[in-house]
Amino acid sequence: MPPAIRRALRDIALNRFLNAVTVVTITLAVIFAGAFGLFFYNVNGLFLDWQRGIRMMVYLEDGISDAQRLDLKFRIKTIAGVAEAVYISRAEALETLKTQLQQQSGVLDHLRGNPLPDAFELTFRPTAHEGPGRLDRIAAEIEALPEVGQVLYAQQWLQRFSTIFNLFKLVGYGLGGIFGLAAILIVANTIRLMIYNRRDEIEIMRLVGAADGFINAPFYICAMLLGAVGSLLGLTILLALYSGISRQIQQSLYGALPTMSFFPWYWCIGILIAGMLVGALGCLVSMKQYLKA
Amino acid sequence: MRAPGVTSVNGDSGALIRLFHVSKRFGKKTALTDISLDVAPNEFLFVTGPSGAGKSTLLRLLYLAESTTEGQILIDGVNLARVQRRGIPSLRRKFGIVFQDYKLIPSKTVFDNVALVLEARGVRQRLIQKKVGAMLRMVEMGDRGDALPPSLSGGEQQRVAVARAVIGDPKIILADEPTGSLDAAAAEAIFGLLRHFHQRGATVIVATHDIELIKASQERVICLEGGRLQPLPELGARTSHAPRN
Ligand SMILES: Nc1ncnc2c1ncn2[C@@H]1O[C@H](COP(=O)(O)OP(=O)(O)OP(=O)(O)O)[C@@H](O)[C@H]1O
Ligand SMILES: [Mg+2]
Repeated sequence: MPPAIRRALRDIALNRFLNAVTVVTITLAVIFAGAFGLFFYNVNGLFLDWQRGIRMMVYLEDGISDAQRLDLKFRIKTIAGVAEAVYISRAEALETLKTQLQQQSGVLDHLRGNPLPDAFELTFRPTAHEGPGRLDRIAAEIEALPEVGQVLYAQQWLQRFSTIFNLFKLVGYGLGGIFGLAAILIVANTIRLMIYNRRDEIEIMRLVGAADGFINAPFYICAMLLGAVGSLLGLTILLALYSGISRQIQQSLYGALPTMSFFPWYWCIGILIAGMLVGALGCLVSMKQYLKA
Repeated sequence: MRAPGVTSVNGDSGALIRLFHVSKRFGKKTALTDISLDVAPNEFLFVTGPSGAGKSTLLRLLYLAESTTEGQILIDGVNLARVQRRGIPSLRRKFGIVFQDYKLIPSKTVFDNVALVLEARGVRQRLIQKKVGAMLRMVEMGDRGDALPPSLSGGEQQRVAVARAVIGDPKIILADEPTGSLDAAAAEAIFGLLRHFHQRGATVIVATHDIELIKASQERVICLEGGRLQPLPELGARTSHAPRN
């Protein structure tokens, strides 16, 4: 075993309580930030599903020729964000309306002719929902076309939701940042105490010609190990909590939320690496302090 | 021996260690005053003088545990004033130091204390095992490798300190009272070891007030008193204190 790792393990063994507290802190940080992230991750998926389901109705002016219509369809489809434009003729629309109204369809019999306009039903790519007002701009662009009468879409509730969601995301990032910072400071404090316990030894190492890297390596290894163990523990507990909670939700909603899922494996690895980074940063902070003192 | 009154720090005198009008003050307390001194490669030098004369301070200046207040020091052609913080480890690796207070790490075994020097130099574990084992046998601590320093006698700790100082095959050995806690026989053993490495090419500087040891040897002696270089006191039985070279 390389001496640096041996020294790091010995340091951890010598400061068991301190290191346990540090690991628990990192674990809690990962659980809290992770729970938030998991919520965000799933709601985001749900949100994207909803957005993908958004339809925009583009009603056409009367008396448009087939050629004009084809041309219009082409122009609408070239607008960035538009995925598909399906033509619904006024006759089709009336049929649909009739089946929807069923018994009450008699009301329609009194109509003279068909009052419904021809229309395109648009669906969007996910990118069309990025940023506030993207749909509004697309709608405005389409509405400006001469053949188009009216454009209708469910923008209001979606936008409100998107605002809340973005706010939520912001809070999530903020909380994540605070938890991360707290974890860094806890690690820094732990390493500082370890350095303090070893100050005589460090001084002697310096005197016999040990370079900073040689002296610091065990502390960095120790800090990154704490970060890794903490985040691994946090992820494991989070996974256990998630499985329990998601099973309950699925049962109570009879599978109405089919998109619930845990972080994909590469997120987990990312969280693990983030934990180690937190450890390394904490170590860096205390090293800088120690060297200044 | 060259006259201490060197005129230029840059002159190539062939000296390995060169002090040029060096003074050291701790606040108002003056520890060393206007010391000029050359030490040739492979020289064996005693620094003597009463307690508080500045012997330890003089040695500490050489490996940059302290920096000079005035004057300049050249080690192996390197002006210590120009050594950056990053350069200190490689400077110190030129030295093997026996500290007056041993400076053994109490939580590490005797073996690990000595091995540390080699580990810091990136020597492979297999080689470390071999070299440290041999060195501990050389200072007759071969069976105490697993002991912790606080459980050793003063003399034993001193022998471990010497082992650690010489294990890295240093160019310069600085020994601050290396025989302070030893009886005459053990002291002679330690000196045998220092001479051994001296013969293998190391430059050795020993700070001591053990007059008997100095009397028994033919090496060059300088004397400090109140932080100043003094003419040598009469050493009695010593047949000749004429420096070699
Ligand atoms: N870090 C320091 N701060 C203040 N004064 C110091 C410091 N180091 C040494 N001194 C003073 O400098 C003087 C020389 O000390 P030094 O340790 O070099 O003496 P020495 O010759 O090695 O003595 P001894 O034989 O007792 O070891 C002493 O008066 C000491 O008090
Ligand atoms: Mg001294």
